[in-house]
Amino acid sequence: MMSILVIAESNGIEVDRGTLSAITAAQKIGDKINLLILEDSEQVINKAKKIKGVSNIITTSGDLQGGLAENLAPLISECAKDVTHVLSSAGTFGKNIMPRVSALNDSQQISDICEIIDADTFVRPIYAGNALATVKSLDKVKFITVRSTAFQAANDQEGDAEIVEGPVAETNGKSSFVKRDLSESDRPELTAAKIVVSGGRGIGSADNFSILDPLADKLGAAVGASRAAVDAGYVPNDYQVGQTGKVVAPELYIAIGISGAIQHLAGMKDSKTIVAINKDEDAPIFQIADYGLVGDLFEIIPELSDKI
Amino acid sequence: MMKILVPVKRVIDYNVKIRVNSEGSAVETNNVKMSMNPFDEIAVEEAVRLKEAGLAEEIIIVSIGDKGSQETIRTAFAMGGDRGVHIVNDLNTEPLVVAKILKNLIEKETIDIVIMGKQAIDDDSNQTGQMLAALLDWPQATFASKLELNDNQIKVIREIDGGLETLNVKLPCIVTTDLRLNEPRYASLPNIMKAKKKEIIEIPIEETGVDFSSRLEVLKVEEPEIRSGGRKVEDVNELISVLKNEVGVI
Ligand SMILES: Cc1cc2nc3c(=O)[nH]c(=O)nc-3n(C[C@H](O)[C@H](O)[C@H](O)COP(=O)(O)OP(=O)(O)OC[C@H]3O[C@@H](n4cnc5c(N)ncnc54)[C@H](O)[C@@H]3O)c2cc1C
Repeated sequence: MMSILVIAESNGIEVDRGTLSAITAAQKIGDKINLLILEDSEQVINKAKKIKGVSNIITTSGDLQGGLAENLAPLISECAKDVTHVLSSAGTFGKNIMPRVSALNDSQQISDICEIIDADTFVRPIYAGNALATVKSLDKVKFITVRSTAFQAANDQEGDAEIVEGPVAETNGKSSFVKRDLSESDRPELTAAKIVVSGGRGIGSADNFSILDPLADKLGAAVGASRAAVDAGYVPNDYQVGQTGKVVAPELYIAIGISGAIQHLAGMKDSKTIVAINKDEDAPIFQIADYGLVGDLFEIIPELSDKI
Repeated sequence: MMKILVPVKRVIDYNVKIRVNSEGSAVETNNVKMSMNPFDEIAVEEAVRLKEAGLAEEIIIVSIGDKGSQETIRTAFAMGGDRGVHIVNDLNTEPLVVAKILKNLIEKETIDIVIMGKQAIDDDSNQTGQMLAALLDWPQATFASKLELNDNQIKVIREIDGGLETLNVKLPCIVTTDLRLNEPRYASLPNIMKAKKKEIIEIPIEETGVDFSSRLEVLKVEEPEIRSGGRKVEDVNELISVLKNEVGVI
């Protein structure tokens, strides 16, 4: 019998979309799924109770502040004692914590899986997604992070999970949380948006970046960026799409003033439809775009926002 | 004064378009340009800056891999690393094994800070730093974009999905680097010459006392379905019309 622990990431209101994808992945492995909530929040717990496919919600208390890996890893290990698989989404939260838990359990983690072959065998992208490796884990307990764009979000309306009181997080004392500066935006979250409008170095400056706003507003889109645009300070780091940033797979991805380096493609090539706007007709982005428009973005974008 | 350990990995250069070998068992590395993992370059640079600021005394570079790894260690020397350890393994070493080997080294050397890349751009695992922190029971400052060292503590700004996070971690600790921590320097010719004389100790992996057998069996490696490009549209009107009528997303 496969018993699976899913580590939730939540924001004081609900578990995030990546966690719902990890639950879908867990359902492909087995059917006893426990969801570990690392926040002492009634609102999160009550909402999580309704996620379909979850048997138990494990609550926690104690020093959970800031989600510090040093404090949480021993607690997660304790909850993982009788399970065969531990899953989380492959966002920065899971990437930070899961390897620490995996090493405490002397298990070789499997990162960023995009397909499940069977309970031991998984497919994961390597080399910025330019190759796919099928790997079989020989460890007794498997620690896995899940690429959320590869698995649909679990239904979070029709479930009825039991609530089970879990362990208390203790302070390790070696690290402390100071603060979080989250980017404020009224737009949809990048990894959950149906449409993403992304800008690159071609945009030219932080001020110019607002040229994308009317278009994003009209489309109800999230705004993303290439690494070059983030490095140059046009937009904050959490806009970065790519191998080492966020992975997105919206219905429509519009790449504007982005050349199409493999590291950028790694984060968006699974989008359903890709549109590229670039003044260089030989830009590599056109090799993967479904529709390309060659021209100056400073003329095209205002016209497009106007007419769309 | 502090000692800093920087592990570096030799990987296929980030500009190379990789190919899967004909057996479908791995990515072809023969006759392919190899370089230091870009995140590790950032780690070396950060260590050198701490040394230049008078905050650290010695930078030890470690690499695990085949004999080409010595070239990568020398690249780190040319940037400012002081001495090196090469753990010789011709085969792939999994992150947990790397973490165990590093732990053994650290216990012999009394290291204060380990600075390492957040991920290697070949297997994209993003695990080793966190695993090493677990094995040593040290705090971890992952995905760092800014470090401030005072007394026995580092204040670190980390890149997270929602923005930035600030933590304090006590020494000894593990730091993993994100892209915006610094911009690595180019080594000068005199420093490249000096790097040739710095010492590298070679240790075969069999002599590390760590079980280095694989826990993840690679059954196959394949290229993903290539997305073929579509077509160019003439102007904004045509673009809007295809998005409305052919794709139907807007
Ligand atoms: C270890 C590592 C990790 C990386 N991770 C990432 C990652 O996660 N995400 C990422 O994006 N990159 C990543 N990169 C960087 C990547 O290699 C490229 O450098 C980067 O994606 C380039 O960004 P860009 O396309 O915006 O800039 P450029 O390559 O400079 O392209 C700018 C484009 O804008 C076009 N342009 C200029 N002006 C106009 C105009 N007026 N109108 C229309 N078009 C115009 C140009 O023709 C050009 O094609 C990584 C690199 C390394 C080494």
